[in-house]
Amino acid sequence: MARIRLDHIRHAYSPELAKAGNYALREVDHAFEDGGAYALLGPSGCGKTTLLNIISGLLTPSEGQVRFDDRDVTTLSPEARNIAQVFQFPVIYDTMTVRENLAFPLRNRKVPQAEIARRVDDMLKRLRLETRADRKARGLTADEKQKISLGRGLVRSDVNAILFDEPLTVIDPHMKWQLRSELKELHREFAMTMIYVTHDQTEALTFADKVVVMYDGEVVQIGTPEELFERPKHTFVGYFIGSPGMNVLPCEMDGDAVVVAGHRLALAGGRANTASGARIELGIRPEFVRVVERGGGLPAEIEKVEDVGSERIVRARLGGLPVSAIVAEGQPLPADAALAFEPGALNLYADSRLVERTGGRA
Amino acid sequence: MEKTWNNKAWFFVLPVLLLVAFSAVIPLMTVVNYSVQDTFGNNEFFWAGTDWFTELLGSARFHDALIRNLVFSAIILAIEVPLGILVALAMPKKGIWVSVCLVLMALPLLIPWNVVGTIWQVFGRTDIGLLGYSMRALGIDYNYVQDPIDAWVTVIVMDVWHWTSLVVLLCYAGLVSIPDAYYQAAKIDGASRWAVFRYIQLPKMGRVLLIAVLLRFMDSFMIYTEPFVVTGGGPGNSTTFLSIDLVKMAVGQFDLGPAAAMSLVYFLIILLLSWVFYTVMENAGRDRAVKETAE
Amino acid sequence: MLELKNLVWKVGRDVHIDDVSLRLERGSLNVLLGPTLAGKTSLMRLMAGLDQPTGGQILMDGKDVTGVPVRQRNVAMVYQQFINYPALTVYENIASPLRIQKQPSAEIDAKVRRAAALMKLTPFLDRTPLNLSGGQQQRTALARALVKNADLVLLDEPLANLDYKLREELREELPKIFAATGAIFVYATTEPHEALLLGGNTATLSEGRVTQFGPTPDVYRRPHDLVTARTFSDPPLNVIAVQKRGSRFTGPGALAFDAAPAHAGLADDDYRIAIRPHRLSLGDGESGASFEAVVTLTEVTGSETFVHADFGSDRIIALIHGVRRMAAGDRVRLGFDPSHVLVFAGDGAAVNAPVALAA
Repeated sequence: MARIRLDHIRHAYSPELAKAGNYALREVDHAFEDGGAYALLGPSGCGKTTLLNIISGLLTPSEGQVRFDDRDVTTLSPEARNIAQVFQFPVIYDTMTVRENLAFPLRNRKVPQAEIARRVDDMLKRLRLETRADRKARGLTADEKQKISLGRGLVRSDVNAILFDEPLTVIDPHMKWQLRSELKELHREFAMTMIYVTHDQTEALTFADKVVVMYDGEVVQIGTPEELFERPKHTFVGYFIGSPGMNVLPCEMDGDAVVVAGHRLALAGGRANTASGARIELGIRPEFVRVVERGGGLPAEIEKVEDVGSERIVRARLGGLPVSAIVAEGQPLPADAALAFEPGALNLYADSRLVERTGGRA
Repeated sequence: MEKTWNNKAWFFVLPVLLLVAFSAVIPLMTVVNYSVQDTFGNNEFFWAGTDWFTELLGSARFHDALIRNLVFSAIILAIEVPLGILVALAMPKKGIWVSVCLVLMALPLLIPWNVVGTIWQVFGRTDIGLLGYSMRALGIDYNYVQDPIDAWVTVIVMDVWHWTSLVVLLCYAGLVSIPDAYYQAAKIDGASRWAVFRYIQLPKMGRVLLIAVLLRFMDSFMIYTEPFVVTGGGPGNSTTFLSIDLVKMAVGQFDLGPAAAMSLVYFLIILLLSWVFYTVMENAGRDRAVKETAE
Repeated sequence: MLELKNLVWKVGRDVHIDDVSLRLERGSLNVLLGPTLAGKTSLMRLMAGLDQPTGGQILMDGKDVTGVPVRQRNVAMVYQQFINYPALTVYENIASPLRIQKQPSAEIDAKVRRAAALMKLTPFLDRTPLNLSGGQQQRTALARALVKNADLVLLDEPLANLDYKLREELREELPKIFAATGAIFVYATTEPHEALLLGGNTATLSEGRVTQFGPTPDVYRRPHDLVTARTFSDPPLNVIAVQKRGSRFTGPGALAFDAAPAHAGLADDDYRIAIRPHRLSLGDGESGASFEAVVTLTEVTGSETFVHADFGSDRIIALIHGVRRMAAGDRVRLGFDPSHVLVFAGDGAAVNAPVALAA
């Protein structure tokens, strides 16, 4: 196991692109602590897979260094780095049994027979695949196959980290829950560094202790699920995390208050220091928008109410601006509605970046 | 339950049925007809019953030719399949060299059988052929006209040269369809080159290999043109395969009855052996096929 | 209106579709919800005429179309994989069904541009699909289905290969765009959440059978049986075996609570109760119905926490508001309101739908 340090990594897919300043990965400088569970989250084309391939050794970055503990591994191959990887589509050896699949990496490393048998038996139990042990791997379901690919990494004691490349893509929703919770339990037992690439916010947030949100070749925020939810540092994070994403409303500064669609809103916390000329936006999550009787907040028109089972999503318009609110199942909606924003949950953005306010959060 | 069946489709199949009838079924029936009769020309026929079959199946000439065929096919498969796999593995997977290699591989396949025979016939001649002459110059006693072993070697080398690329192309098609993730996973698992071949490439090539083996078996079992052009079945009878014998009998000796009986037996043997090959290999690949359709 | 009557499709001994009857109205959106291999794709192929059923009838506007092949039906289909003509531009891809119909080119041009505008493809009309992102490729396929003006539009997990956020966007746009055409829409998905967001009607599928069909929120709130309830639940449904004696339900681990009024009249017997994860809360619950479970895992999404716990031999998932981190092995008390409980008889049939969910 190891701490993985990415030292000012930049990557372009060809020298010409680099010269033109066209980097797939603009600059990443970050350390993954030993034994942590991390997620790389972002839309396709944001550079998360490029970054994963740089960590695993399938790609050598154009600039910067990758270090495992204090060892520079920038130019080493995946096998020399002792990395295990679980791919989007399960990779199993069709002609082998489940047991042989798990024993394969150990046999290749000339581990003694008795030791192989002991570790494979142990792994079968942990993966809850005992009853499948002597079946050919090709007949199994997708989630069982994914467990085998994971098991082949876990069974080795020398693995520095396990990387996951959207591993739940081909798994049915019900099995996703089970597989994900088993994955978390395994992480706790083995305390191995795990890095999980996904575009699915729920997967990222539930799996990881720390989520690395990427956008357009850059890391825009690294934080715990709570930090990403409560204080998105970039409007993109607010939009990307949460369903529906954060409401981002253009506004103007007016002393200690902001003006949204003609309405003045006082800001909790200290005075915001924004550069003049910056594009100012107000961020508020739908979870913190309440739908109240006219008079109790900013007057708004309800356009549509979506019943999503456990709650309802209200799509409203505040002036010309679309605002979403999440409302509990049984709560009645007023005919003449107004929106009330929870003051502590308001975030202010200048040119898409969070404005840190003196005095902190109320 | 009421259902309106649309039978129009049969009209579209009709021309094909007629074509097959004229090109395959009717000639085959003629052969069956000949095989149970005796003729001395002039369109006079005498009923011979199963005489020709009994005679044929007991004849040493037939046995020898059959054994020659089997040995030949076995040698051809033993050389061309592993060689084909090796060449396919060695071929590049990306870049401009892919098309260069593919064209080079396809070249021998484009040359007609008799031309291949003629090329090698000249190539191997000891007086003017490059191969024959050089061999002689090197002090190796090589003469396919007189030495049975030299004749066999020549025919086999010729077939390998002509047909290995078919196996190569089929295997290559199987290889390029394997996703990169498999190779990456194998690297990460620390698999040796051999293990990658044994557990990833070979299983994934299974189905195309089946086709390659079947094609090469049937083709080599029916070999005719090359030995006919190069050795004419000699020296002696050493390269007289079933097909050559058949032609000798039918055209050379005008023994139409026995020749017809022989061609029927020949046909049945090919059918039977192909079926055996197919069943054995299909069973080996059965579960894999099931899995692939399930996904 | 598309009507399926007792549709059966068997291949050899495998029954892919088992006695399915459905009536789909014009201008309606119909979701087929079920796990992989439940028969969603098979059913769509039968609707399209790509496969012929081994039993039953398919009626289109009252006319029997059972044996009619796909070419003679006015059907459009969009798949999970992005299927476009790789050598044609986006414009030509969208125009292709109209060219086959031999429509005048001025009309084709107008329709293509309108569909492209709806699908936000106008800037990409001259590109080929391989130079587009996944989302744009799928928009192209959707636009092609749109211009065809088909009677029946089949969408087979069209968003499954797209990014989460893109999915959210398209999921909102699609019903709006397609509702305007008046065609019958069928949309297959494995995700309960997606079915709820799309609205319309939902048919839940399990092992080749339609277990329930009706307005989406109805099927979600009032499942007829346990299979439907499980199919239509993400996170998975919590199911506990209980006994009813008098007015009380008792279950494993000292679980005992007064039956809600809707369930009070049930005969004394063994039942199974199902509680949706968001119906569980920490503590005793308002009505005192609660049980103690052992935490195996907590997952934090930022604003909510999924608590996974063992309750006897049952695995429980509770969705709790706020961030609560608990260690594995902690004991946790989970409460619920008995009127939010779904009750199923021994054979899995729902015995009485809770009344409190009318809102």
